[in-house]
Formats: sequence, C-alpha cells, structure tokens
Amino acid sequence: MTLSTTETFVQLLYLAASILFILGLRDLGDAQTARRGVLLAEVGMVAAVAGTLLYGVAVTGVIVRWEWILVALLIGSAIGTGMGLWIPMTKMPERIALSHAFGGLAVGLVGVVEYLEHGGPKMSTLQVTATGLEVALGALTFTGSLMAFGKLQGFITGRPVTYPGQNASNGLLIAGTLGLIGLLVYQPGAAWAFYAVAALGVLLGVLLVLPIGGADMPVVICLLNSYAGLAAAATGFALGNNVLIICGALDGFSGFILGMMMSKAMNRSFTNVLFGAFGAEPEGKAVAAGAAPTGPAPNVGSVEEAAEVLRAARSVIVVPGYGMAVSQAQHAVRDLANALQSQGCDVRYAIHPVAGRMPGHMNVLLAEANVPYDQLFDLEVINDDFGATDVALVVGANDVVNPAARSNPSSPIYGMPILAADSAKTCLVLKRSLNPGFAGIENELFVRSNTMMVLGDAKKTISQFTAALKE
Amino acid sequence: MSLTLIFGLYVFFLAAFTGYQVISKVPHLLHTPLMAFTNAISGISLVGSLLAAGGHYGTLSTVLGAVAVLAATINVVGGFLITDRMLRMFKKKGGTR
Repeated sequence: MTLSTTETFVQLLYLAASILFILGLRDLGDAQTARRGVLLAEVGMVAAVAGTLLYGVAVTGVIVRWEWILVALLIGSAIGTGMGLWIPMTKMPERIALSHAFGGLAVGLVGVVEYLEHGGPKMSTLQVTATGLEVALGALTFTGSLMAFGKLQGFITGRPVTYPGQNASNGLLIAGTLGLIGLLVYQPGAAWAFYAVAALGVLLGVLLVLPIGGADMPVVICLLNSYAGLAAAATGFALGNNVLIICGALDGFSGFILGMMMSKAMNRSFTNVLFGAFGAEPEGKAVAAGAAPTGPAPNVGSVEEAAEVLRAARSVIVVPGYGMAVSQAQHAVRDLANALQSQGCDVRYAIHPVAGRMPGHMNVLLAEANVPYDQLFDLEVINDDFGATDVALVVGANDVVNPAARSNPSSPIYGMPILAADSAKTCLVLKRSLNPGFAGIENELFVRSNTMMVLGDAKKTISQFTAALKE
Repeated sequence: MSLTLIFGLYVFFLAAFTGYQVISKVPHLLHTPLMAFTNAISGISLVGSLLAAGGHYGTLSTVLGAVAVLAATINVVGGFLITDRMLRMFKKKGGTR
C-alpha cells in the first residue's frame, strides 16, 4: 500500500510527535534538562494536531466544518491557561485528579462518537473491542477521578466508604462489563450493549474509588493516570493511529510505575492495589480503637520550649507531610530553615514517597518555597542519619513517622517503611490537635519520651519559632 | 486476528517498554511534574476528537466531539503550562531567589 504524498507527510508528523514525546520524557529524568523536555513535547503536540487537521482536510476530507473545532480549542486553551497559571501548588493533587477526569471524558466521548457514526453490524472485531474498552476505561477514569477530586477537596468524606459485599459486587460489575464487550464482538450492532458498557464504566468509577481513604490517594491518582493512558491506547487501536497507541502506552505505564512505587512505599501488595480493595477493612477498626487512647499522655510543649530546643540544635531534619500542604506552611518552613542555617545549624529535609496526596507532592511545595532541591532527601538515603541528628521537626506528617509500622503487627500500616524521626535526639511534632490523623491510626511517636508536641496551625507555630530564633 | 492488530500490539508493547525504561529513571523529586506532563501528552486524544468535532456527522456527534476537544485542550494547554511552572521552581543551592 503506497500512501499519497500528503498522507506520507501526515504519518511522518505523527512519527516525529511520538519521538518528541519519548525524548521529552527522557529529559524529564533530570531537573537540569526537564524544561527542555517540556518544550520538545509541546512541539510534538503541535505536530500531531497539525497532522490530524491536515489528515482530516486533505487526505480523507472528514473535516468539513471548523466552527465547533475552533470554539472548543479557544475555550479549552483559555480554561487551560487559567488553570495552568493560577492554580496554587498546594492544590496540585486536585488539579491532577481533575485533569485525569478531563482525559477520561475526552477519550470516552471519542469512543461514543466512533460507535454512533461507524458502529453497527459491520464493525470489525478489533474496532468494536477497542472502542468498548476505550469507552469503559474512559468513563471509569472520568467518574473515578471526579470522586478522587471530591475526596481531596472535601466534598466527599475522605474516609473509606464500605459496605458488605463491596468487592464481590464490584467484581460482578467488572465481569459484566467485560462480558458485554465480549457480546459486542459477536454482535457489533447491539447498541444497547455498547451504551450499557459506557454506563457500567461510569458506575464503576464511582464504586471503585468510594472505599479508598484520603491517605491512599497517591496510589489511586497513579492508577487513574494509568487508566486514562490505557483508554487512550484503546482509542489508538480503534482508530488505527500509532501516535495514540504510543502516548497511551507511555501514559499508562507511567501511572502504573508510579502506582507500583507508591504501593511499595506503603507496603501494600500490587494485586491489592490493582483491585482497589485497600484502605477498607483495617481502618474502620483503628478508628473505633482510637476513641479511647491508653498509656502515657503526650508531652505537649509550648512554642517557647520548642524554640529553645531548636536554638540549641546543630542539625535538624524536617519531615513534611500533608499537614504542611493544608496549612500552606512551606514558605514559613523555608524561613525557619534560613534562620537555623544562619546560626550554623545543618538543615535537611526527609521526603517520604507517600507524604502528601500525590507522588512528589512535598518536593513541589518545597521547591515553590525556594528550598534548593539538593537539600531534599529520599527515605532510603537519609533514614540512617536521624540517629545522629539533634532535632527531627515533623510538620503535619503522621503515618509516615508512626513507629507502629515497625513494631506493631496488628497496625494497619505494619510493614510500611517509615522515616526514623523517633531516633533523633528530640522529635518536635507540629500538629493541629491531638486527634488521630487522616487514616485514624494512633501514633505512638507522640507519646515517646524524646517527643515534644506543639499544637496549633503549623504555619503560625513555625513563624513563631523563626521570630524566637531571631531575638 | 488482523494484521492491523498485530502491528498495533507491536507498537503498544515497544512503547510501553521504552516508557518503562525512561520513566523509571525519573527521580522522586520530579514525580508531580511527571504526572502533569503525562496528563498533557494524554491530550493527544485530540487526534481523535478533532475529527469527531469537525466531521460531517449529526449534531449529537459534533457536540460530543467538541466537548472532547475542549476537555483535551484544557489538558494539553494546562498540563504543559503547569509542568513548566513547577519545573521553573526547582533550583539547586546557590540558585537565585
């Protein structure tokens, strides 16, 4: 099959786009080259869009009107620019969840149009299977991501919502969806089955995210990223378009890899993650048990006492958590670090892979506050240094420093690698109140003899530390 | 199985493998920008939605296609802008404030 000159050009544009996307991803592997990577991918995207328009106009003649395209492109660019420029860094998990929803929606709708216009008894097996998967995954990603967004924003409770038979009924729904896609292979004209697949996808997105707690959001967001990519890849199979398949595979695998890293960092098995069954059972019990704290009371210190500890410190490791994002304390943390450094104290940051609500959340917040990234250390690099450190300053982190993960086999987080903040000479814990954290798990770090808790808004407390140090 | 499917699977798995190699080298530091970046390139579904929105189809298909173009464009434009905005903030020690 020989292509016309124009079509050859279109296909070469797609090839160039694919190569640019991969090179862009490679450049993203290093903070020094990452911005160049974004530029490469942008050029790739322009090439792909130009190729598509050329294809639609000059090769197939499918594109006959422009008004809808132009209006959608203009409004989309305006909204995208607004979101891109003004969303605060603390809201990044919400914005990522929302954009997965948009991605799922776009892919799902393309699938529906595909079936509306080209569906019917003559659709090939490949096309109908791919379109079915595309619509199911797209719909699932759409509602699932909206649910994740709702949970992050607080519209929906962050606690896991569970009911008896949840996994069994979800399993049945998944089986039903796959069964209907199977039916479509034999009867591509069965429109009811196609729309039932879309409806089941919408329902599954809601039901699969419902039982997942707020602290497990990093894994969920990665998985939704992966689903969005796989849906795009399915579109590529349906349309016979390689650049879609390639991008879908890259996106799908990126989410998959990040999800795997996150689940490893939480000591959850990967099957557990894939079937979304986590965060459900143990936490309910933990919440109930958390009602009556037993044992020694936490040692609550005043701001002045804590500032004295910091004044005497020669080395400090800051352990940021979601609480830092909530109280937007990253700039205050940076100011405190400056004050400490000017008195000759060594300041570093220990970043747990699942601190915050998405992969890399803490890194971005600290970067926003101008903390140089060579002061940020991953768990495995810095963990052995806590023992020789004067002060571990825990800012709104909870589960990632809970020693129960090491010592208490009945704890829901048992086995999760944690930051050894408890082995520092003094552990200063900044926390809003003495209530258990988001996951509802008691933290025995708070009652250790070398721990001092300072209650209140983290940002305010840290600013007071800084003021005290400068006196 | 059609030859198209076989070719498609080749492309998919080779891309997945390449992606795996490249993405596992991205440090923890840059994982949030990585997600924003893949969000942006997932807007490649424009390749499908532009044809749906501009096609000689019925009103329903056109409207659905236009919504798909809208959603994908938000991701492309917003995703690239936000990735770059984040990456601009990452500085080594000695970097200017």
